Parts: sequence; C-alpha cells; structure tokens
Amino acid sequence: MFEAGARPGTLLYVALGAGLMGVWSSTLFGAGGAIQWQRWQGTLELTVSAPTPFLLVMIPMTISAASIGLYSIAATLFWGRVFFGVPLHLVHPWLFALALPATLLGLGLLGLVMASTFILYRQASAFQNLLEYPVWLITGLLVPLALLPGWVAPIGWVLSPYWGMRAVRESALGGDALVPIGMCVGLAAVYLVLGAIFLANFERLARKHATLSLT
Amino acid sequence: MRSFWRVFFVGGVISYRALFNWISPVMYVTTMLGSPFFQVLFFAYLGRFSRLQDDTFFVVGNGVQISAMAAIYGMTMGIANERNFQTLSPLLATPANRLALFLGRALPQIASGLFVSAFGFGIGLLLLDFHLGWSQVPPLALVLVVTVSSCTCFGLLLGSIGLRARDVFFISNLVYFLMLLFCGVNLPLDALPGWMSAIGRCLPLTHGIEAARAIARGAALGDVSGLIVTEAAIGVVYASVAFGLFRYFEYEGRRRASLETM
Repeated sequence: MFEAGARPGTLLYVALGAGLMGVWSSTLFGAGGAIQWQRWQGTLELTVSAPTPFLLVMIPMTISAASIGLYSIAATLFWGRVFFGVPLHLVHPWLFALALPATLLGLGLLGLVMASTFILYRQASAFQNLLEYPVWLITGLLVPLALLPGWVAPIGWVLSPYWGMRAVRESALGGDALVPIGMCVGLAAVYLVLGAIFLANFERLARKHATLSLT
Repeated sequence: MRSFWRVFFVGGVISYRALFNWISPVMYVTTMLGSPFFQVLFFAYLGRFSRLQDDTFFVVGNGVQISAMAAIYGMTMGIANERNFQTLSPLLATPANRLALFLGRALPQIASGLFVSAFGFGIGLLLLDFHLGWSQVPPLALVLVVTVSSCTCFGLLLGSIGLRARDVFFISNLVYFLMLLFCGVNLPLDALPGWMSAIGRCLPLTHGIEAARAIARGAALGDVSGLIVTEAAIGVVYASVAFGLFRYFEYEGRRRASLETM
C-alpha cells in the first residue's frame, strides 16, 4: 500500500482485496472447521440426532463464519481511509451493497463444502493452514491473475472468492458487477448441492462406523 | 554432566516427537512446507504487482521469516503444551536440570526452522527470479543459523508465558503475523513509521533478514558481522528473560498449586 498507492485507483483496489483476504480466512478456519469444532465440544451427536436436518443446522453456521469476515472489509477500509487516505468513492454503491451479501453467500456455502469434506480427515487442520495463501493468490484478491501462469486462472473460476472479488471491485471501482454477482449466487447453488451430498455421506459413514464423536 | 546432556538431547528429541506424534508426516509437510511454499510465492508475486522490490527482496525476507513457523509456533507448543496436556507437574517433579530441559526443547525447533528456511530459498531458486552463487551459501547459512536460533529464543519466551497465560496460542499467532510487518519481511524497514521500525529492531529476524539480503546481493560476511552480532545478542536477551520467566512461573505455580490450572 505504501508504494503501490502511487498509482491511481490502486489503494482502494488493494484495500478491498485485503478485506476479502480476511473473509476467506474466516471462512476457511471458521466454516471449514465448523463440524470439527462441534465434535471437540461434544455437541455433534446432539445436533445430528435432532429432528432438524443437519444441513439446515450447518448452513447458518458456515454463512455466519464467512460474515465475520465483514469486519475485515470494514476495518481495512477504515484503516485505509484514516491512515492512508484511501478514497472511498464507490462507483455503483447499490451494486456494492448487493455484491457483499452475494460474496458472503458464495463463500459461506463454499465453507459448507469444506466443512463436510474436512471432517473425514484427521489432518484437516493442516489443509486449512495450507489453503490460506494459495486461494489468496489464485483468486486474484491482491495479485491480478494476468501475472500468474495461464493454467492458474481456470482454478480460480470455480472458486467463489474469485467472483466475489470481481463483484466487489467492479461495483466499487467501475465495471460490470452483475455477471460476477450472478456467478457468486450460481456457485453458491452448486456448493449447496455438493455440501448436501457430502454432508449426507458423512452422516451415513459416521452412523455406520460409529465414528461421530471420534476425533 | 552426563545427565545434563541426556536431558538436553534425548529430552529435546522426545519433546519434538511428542509435538508431532499425533499427526502424520502429511501434516508436517502441509503445515511446515506447504504453507511457507505459498507464502513465498504470494509475496513475490505481490512484489511484482506492486513493483516495490525485486524477487530477491521477497524470497530472502520470506525465506528467513518462514523459519518462525518452527521457532514461534513449535517452541510455544513445545513448552506451553506441557500445561495443556497436563504433563507439566510430572515433568517439574523430576530433578532434571531446568536449563537442559528448557534449551533442549529449542534444538529440534532450530533444526526444523533451518530446514523450512532452506526449503523457502529453494523455492525461490527453482520458481522465481532469485539467484545465489555457491560462495554466498556458507555466509548465508551462518546468518540463518544465528537468526533461527534468535527467533527460537523469542519462541521460548512465548512458551514460558504460556505457563501462565490462558491462551498463549492467540499471542503466538498475533506475534507471527506482526513479525511479517515489523521485521521488514516484505517492506523496507525505512518505509515503516519510526515507532514501527524501532520495535522491529528489538525483535529477532529484523537484523538477520537485513544481513541475509546484503549477502544475497553480494556483500561479504565481514560487511554484515555487526548485524549478525546484534541478531545473536537479541536472541541471548530473549533466552535469558524466557528462562527467568520459566523459573519464576515454576516457583509461583508450586507456591500457589496452580501449575496446571487452566
């Protein structure tokens, strides 16, 4: 931010990217470990055995974990404004207001997919540590994908942070934000289906092998 | 004397194995190598985008800093986990020499930190625009040994605090990421506000990174000897304070019967 800010428009670009890095971190560790955390707390058996579908219990947990990342965006923009003089002029404020919840929805449901797959592996926390930097990199949160090798971009396309970043940036800095917003919602629907399948599979395996409470 | 070295070496190795006995090698690779791998790449590409510095600046900065994975997290867990796993009382009930017990835990972490650091430099050599001549390797290795040792001494301090603090892992997390900012890892120290660079100069890594950067750019060992001595002195100060705190918390824990109170 110190040096790159010398180029017009870069400061807000970087501030939004840094904010979304926080959203990804809270999704990765909060949502990704949501089931594991319940297991450690001894509440997993209770929630699974309750008549409410487990999926409906998990969705608000993962979306709320992603929403904690809103603090990162707010704090980064606040620091940027107060300490670095980052201009906070939003080109499409209404689209920006739409882009944020769409991004959180996309990330929250990606968190659901992670939670339902990570739970099957004892080493899941290691994968959580591993996934922080690469997703920051391949979804273009700070570094434009054009600087990375060509094969990286298609990986980013299937990840909601990439579209969330585009939605937020294009609504703030100018551009067509509707397409990325639509992609966030579309990917969220795909993640929901995947999460439901993985969660049902996890529940079936855990009941079959009596491993629900095993860490 | 034989008992001292037995506690120092064997005790240290057992402690390190205990740290990793609940995980598979996969976890070591993903945590200690995977994350640093992407950290080096992330900041190097960020540097290319911001045009702040060249790849060498970021490879050296992050190559040295990633050793803090072992030095900070490993060392904090190596000591503080004794309390979390309720093994502190039996450990302190033994007549084992406390200095051997304390420093022995640092040795495997130093070795691990050096390995992670060497891996980070390897990434730079293989994937980024970073070059190192054979003649630069020995002085760089010396700088790394001193810097990683110094950083491990800082980890010892955090671990000692973990004998009393309720959530030392929050502190070690915070410290690890603040060191990225304060120690000139990804920004030149003189680009930081004065108070930040002043704090950075009191922390481990800062002088080591500066020395490593100078060597990577062709400086001789003699040119950076002052930086190396300062880095070593910082480590000695932190180790002394850490050992003092360790003994104090042991004494207080015995007096108040609160050794393993969570």
